[in-house]
Amino acid sequence: MPTVSMTVNGSHVTKEVEGRTLLVDFLRQQLSLTGTHVGCDTSQCGACVVHLNGKSVKSCTLLACQAEGAEVTTIEGLASDGELHPMQAAFKEHHALQCGFCTPGMIMSAVDLLQNNASPSETEIREWLEGNFCRCTGYHNIVKAVQAASQGS
Amino acid sequence: MPEGTGIGAAVRRKEDQRFITGKGRYTDDIDRPGQVYAHFLRSPHAHATVKSIDSSAAEACPGVIAVFTGKDMEADGVGSLPCGWTVTDKHGEPHKAPPHFPLVRDKVRYVGDHVAMVIAETLAQAVDAAERIEVDYEELPANVDGTKAPDSGTPQVHEEAPANLCYDWELGDQAAVDAAIAGAHHVTKVKLVNNRLIPNAIEPRAAIGEYDSGTDSYTLYSTSQNPHLLRLILCAFVLGLPETKVRVIAPDVGGGFGSKIYCYAEETACTWAARKVERPVKWTAARSESFLADAHGRDHVTHAELAMDENGKFLAMKVETNANLGAYLSNFATCVPTYLYATLLAGQYTTPVIYCNVKAVFTNTAPVDAYRGAGRPEATYVVERLVERAAREMGIDPAELRKRNFVPDDAFPYQTPVALTYDSGQYGLAMDEALKLADYAGYAARKQDSQSRGKLRGIGFSAYIEACGIAPSAVVGSLGAGVGLWESACVRFNATGTVSVFTGSHSHGQGHETTFSQLVSDTLGIPLENVEIVHGDTGAIPMGMGTYGSRSLAVGGSAISKACDKIIEKGKQIAAHLMEASVDDVEFEAGNFVVKGTDKSKAMGEVAFAAYVPHNYPEDLEPGLEENAFYDPANFTYPAGTHIAEVEIDPDTGVTEIVNWVAVDDFGKVVNPMIVEGQVHGGIAQGVGQALLEGCVYDPGSGQLITGSYMDYTMPRAGDLPSFKVGMTETPCPHNPLGVKGCGEAGAIAAPAALMNAITDALGVEIDMPANAEKVWRAAQSQRAAAE
Repeated sequence: MPTVSMTVNGSHVTKEVEGRTLLVDFLRQQLSLTGTHVGCDTSQCGACVVHLNGKSVKSCTLLACQAEGAEVTTIEGLASDGELHPMQAAFKEHHALQCGFCTPGMIMSAVDLLQNNASPSETEIREWLEGNFCRCTGYHNIVKAVQAASQGS
Repeated sequence: MPEGTGIGAAVRRKEDQRFITGKGRYTDDIDRPGQVYAHFLRSPHAHATVKSIDSSAAEACPGVIAVFTGKDMEADGVGSLPCGWTVTDKHGEPHKAPPHFPLVRDKVRYVGDHVAMVIAETLAQAVDAAERIEVDYEELPANVDGTKAPDSGTPQVHEEAPANLCYDWELGDQAAVDAAIAGAHHVTKVKLVNNRLIPNAIEPRAAIGEYDSGTDSYTLYSTSQNPHLLRLILCAFVLGLPETKVRVIAPDVGGGFGSKIYCYAEETACTWAARKVERPVKWTAARSESFLADAHGRDHVTHAELAMDENGKFLAMKVETNANLGAYLSNFATCVPTYLYATLLAGQYTTPVIYCNVKAVFTNTAPVDAYRGAGRPEATYVVERLVERAAREMGIDPAELRKRNFVPDDAFPYQTPVALTYDSGQYGLAMDEALKLADYAGYAARKQDSQSRGKLRGIGFSAYIEACGIAPSAVVGSLGAGVGLWESACVRFNATGTVSVFTGSHSHGQGHETTFSQLVSDTLGIPLENVEIVHGDTGAIPMGMGTYGSRSLAVGGSAISKACDKIIEKGKQIAAHLMEASVDDVEFEAGNFVVKGTDKSKAMGEVAFAAYVPHNYPEDLEPGLEENAFYDPANFTYPAGTHIAEVEIDPDTGVTEIVNWVAVDDFGKVVNPMIVEGQVHGGIAQGVGQALLEGCVYDPGSGQLITGSYMDYTMPRAGDLPSFKVGMTETPCPHNPLGVKGCGEAGAIAAPAALMNAITDALGVEIDMPANAEKVWRAAQSQRAAAE
């Protein structure tokens, strides 16, 4: 079996993987980072979004081997020193989650949006999040949370 | 909005910390020592006889531990998955209930039906091995269309159900309705399709079955909305086990919407197989399996008529519905198109006579059962599309026509002609609030503005009602329910003053850890952070019925409230002893027991401590401070309100933009308005999904599921939806201790009719859901051609 090495949430990891192992399965099963979720099998739902070298990717759409040498950040690595990331705090403050299953992917995607566009309009937020499904919130409060995070409130 | 953490305050959710940091614990996040993986071989055919199954090659594959088929389950005496609600048809006969075995025995009846179970060391090995199973199928003709199911020549799904009829059921006075229609000034007629939906909670279903030979007991981790109900069905009907030997744990569950109520083949098989292989057996649905084999929703075709006098006063309503139940009866399939549907056809109106006939049929499709709203969205869609159409035909403003027919505020309790007694409501108030929020007065100008830009604008109403707080046990029992629908609670003070609350309700997004904590904190006068809510584990909680039908607060919350009352009553006895006063003189105020007219006082925490360290304690009183309560509601609750949708359609592209959405709902008392508004938003989104985008499609010839992935089944995305304007009126429920009515389904019930009324208003022509861009474009083009 091939060996893969990468940095996940700041820690260096090296593991043997089957060639067909997806990054999301590597994170969930071999590193026990179960905050990244699997909601579909066609790369549509976005529950598995993580950051790869700082950019949001669907971790169900990459083989673990393709992340060789990469810096990966998952939802577990977003808060620092016990302080919630502003996007996490905004999701809580604005009730942008209900069942919580889409939430990690939604937050990771929204964080990347603000890296690309510091003050997006409502339309831009909704367009950016087209790759993330939420069945609970109707997106209303997710949009509010992202707006709030972008305004630093 | 009250400040602080009490009832009425928008308290931020206690459960969020784990979800926003990736520390939620869903079933698929759990791994058990020695666990192996199950994969199900599913039928590729909609209808076929299974002549033989040869699994020898699969069994020889690397890592494979076992391959099981229906014959193995049959040999072990595994029973049929039951339907728990007996519907008596119009001839007095019970509904047809063909067997539904977890793994098929001789026939497959829909694409995705369960043929064999492969268990292997890894999931990949199980999936690979399943491809080596050789099944000899003899294909049979299939039918997926409910309206064709009763026709002669249509393939029979079950021998036990001639003409594919599960039941032919009726409610109401047909003769009176026919007479009223015959003598009416005007009769509006509609034909409506309520499209089949696939629920699509974002967490797929999952299960881990585990067997402990030392205690001869099972544990099932499952994505369930109601762990005790699942255990009851598994034990009493399917596996024949004592409940003492089965523990069901439903940990964090990622949305349900009804689809996670039921006892399915997969968790049954995992539990059974865990003993066979003596290893924990884990299964997680791939999304494509969810599409194939989760219980679907809706799928009605309805002809309806509304008779009116010359002033638009409703005289009678007649409804004929064909309900497609799929290939087998899911646990509650039978009650959805009957007692949860026809009983709501009075809507918010005083229609004096109503008749409804429902023919429920079997087809070669996935089983259909309750999906968010369950029968009530279908009823609201019939009533509110019919009323809107009537307003257009009569030339009466649609808001005005509704107001002329609303049940007046002083008419409650109001007995409808379709069995229900509405408890309380102010329907005109919600309508007026909605008209204001929607700026209805300014609509004509907005429509003109759209016209000037070549766009089509429409506005649509939905004045919905629902029966929630499911349900008074004696009533549903008399209608055929196999279970009681009460709820339980245990409130336990710990010695140091914190409180553990054990509830039979189950949260899979509803925020019970917060709402129930507010209720307990407010009632017992203790800090919110000192309350923990325990749910979802039959090994921890009292027997409970779970969460569906907008029942958690109205029924489960009422049980908690009753248990808190018992705590206070016992606390008074302890406090009276400690303060050397008469119990009759002790009152409970804001967390303190006080002796009336004195400054003597004991805090709740002191009393709790005395209960567990009873050194100075009443002689005849048991130590401890823990109370159980069961609450069986006296009636359903009746949330109601008005939603108004406004759309702008581009006739050149068929794209519908929702430019405004107003919801004014009456849920009675509200404990946490932030959570309630969130429920409304999500419900509307699901209703908009049904009206605009979603629709399950089976190929009529082959019975193949065409919409079998997110590439084909159109889920509502952020860009498809607007932000919503949500208002509330408050008419307390008069018959539960909290005055609450329930809010979880309202949006999904109200929204489809509002949106379709708006779209058909804009187009000037009827179309069926989903009003996708192609359908809307074709309708717009045909209207344009007709005008030229």
